[in-house]
Amino acid sequence: MPARRIIPCLDVKNGRVVKGVQFRDHRDVGDIVENATRYSAEGADELVFYDITASPEGRSVDTGWIERVSRVIDIPFAVAGGIRDLATAGAVLDAGADKVSVNSPALARPDLIDELAAAFGAQCVVIGVDSMRGEGGYRVWRNTGDPDRADETVNHTLDWLREASDRGAGEVVLNCMKQDGVRDGYDCKHLAEVVEAVTVPVIASGGAGAPEHFRAAFEHGASGALAATVFHDRLIAIPDLKRQLLADGIEVRP
Amino acid sequence: MRLAIIDLDYGNIASIRHAFARLGVEADVTADPDALRAASHVVLPGVGAAGHAMERLEARGLVNTVRGLDRPALGICLGMQLLFAASDETDRACLGILPGAVGAIEPGPDRPVPHMGWSALAVTDDGLGLAEGDYVYFAHSFACPSAEATVATAQYGATTIPAAIRHENWWGAQFHPERSGAAGARFLQAFVDWQP
Repeated sequence: MPARRIIPCLDVKNGRVVKGVQFRDHRDVGDIVENATRYSAEGADELVFYDITASPEGRSVDTGWIERVSRVIDIPFAVAGGIRDLATAGAVLDAGADKVSVNSPALARPDLIDELAAAFGAQCVVIGVDSMRGEGGYRVWRNTGDPDRADETVNHTLDWLREASDRGAGEVVLNCMKQDGVRDGYDCKHLAEVVEAVTVPVIASGGAGAPEHFRAAFEHGASGALAATVFHDRLIAIPDLKRQLLADGIEVRP
Repeated sequence: MRLAIIDLDYGNIASIRHAFARLGVEADVTADPDALRAASHVVLPGVGAAGHAMERLEARGLVNTVRGLDRPALGICLGMQLLFAASDETDRACLGILPGAVGAIEPGPDRPVPHMGWSALAVTDDGLGLAEGDYVYFAHSFACPSAEATVATAQYGATTIPAAIRHENWWGAQFHPERSGAAGARFLQAFVDWQP
């Protein structure tokens, strides 16, 4: 395993970084490029930008800010939101993103994953999944950027992620919706089942509130841990977090 | 200097161009053989599949141009893999500037594939701008054969991955220097400054 990655997640709405709780009540947390620069300088290993309005509203991500981010930061970043065809993914990568992350559009048309992997390589294709326990176990949700349109799909999370990685996804971001924004810790039991189910790297998302939550995610097999609230609100400083993880014997990039 | 990035319609050319721009070097992105031969430094980028990349080089009539380059040239990620004779990823011949075949990384417990993330380097060449223990960013499912040209490695489980190579005018990086923080910037600067 390479060094475990600390990944701030920046939700983008109308060109600004925002943050909600359990996908609702978004508030403004600042300019995209300023946030990206700050996190890169503080030692973030990677960034993920979710255009949270793109998928529910049926429009594509705007590429202007992607190029501005790519020019200034020297760590990798993924872009998610509204990527539903090769042309849009190509435009996002051409603007300087390193990976595209697909969620609702891949549920609507799974062949999209094969097409993206064939065109750009598996290492460019991240499958994002919003998972919540329902009847009969964990199920995949879609259109979670808009509370009025979000709904549960028929897909069981583990089955869907096995299929997505077989189709060529090179990484999984597992977002546990119950945990989102509540700072109560990652759902490590679910995380461990997903790590067991696929051979690609798995990124934990949803619930980080304290340094020990990151450690727990890594001990349960996560290659990276994604968080928003604790970084945006400066509750955890990335250099302090990395020092703590190193002291606990977990390899991170110093 | 005149830096040219070979245009293969890949997605990650912008991030490489932006990384050189941060060093004050503006690159031409071109598939014109004359422009490549006239450049002082050439970069062969690459994400995606080896077969597609060789197909694009062939379609643009660039295979012999790239093989014949005698200026400082740098293959990044798949661009480094293409320098070898063959790849298990494709039946097409690769560039054959170095002997041997690129092979798939086997996934295992605690070793997901792709190898994706920051790994520490062991460095045997002090001209790379890299130091022992520098962390650099990898994103790949195939790895180059261990060769005499290897000048830096990364350990991935039981597998030692060639992370950088030097051979005649060619440099190669399996990692992504354009996305490897300060260490990556030092490597790109060393390449730009290199006088064969």
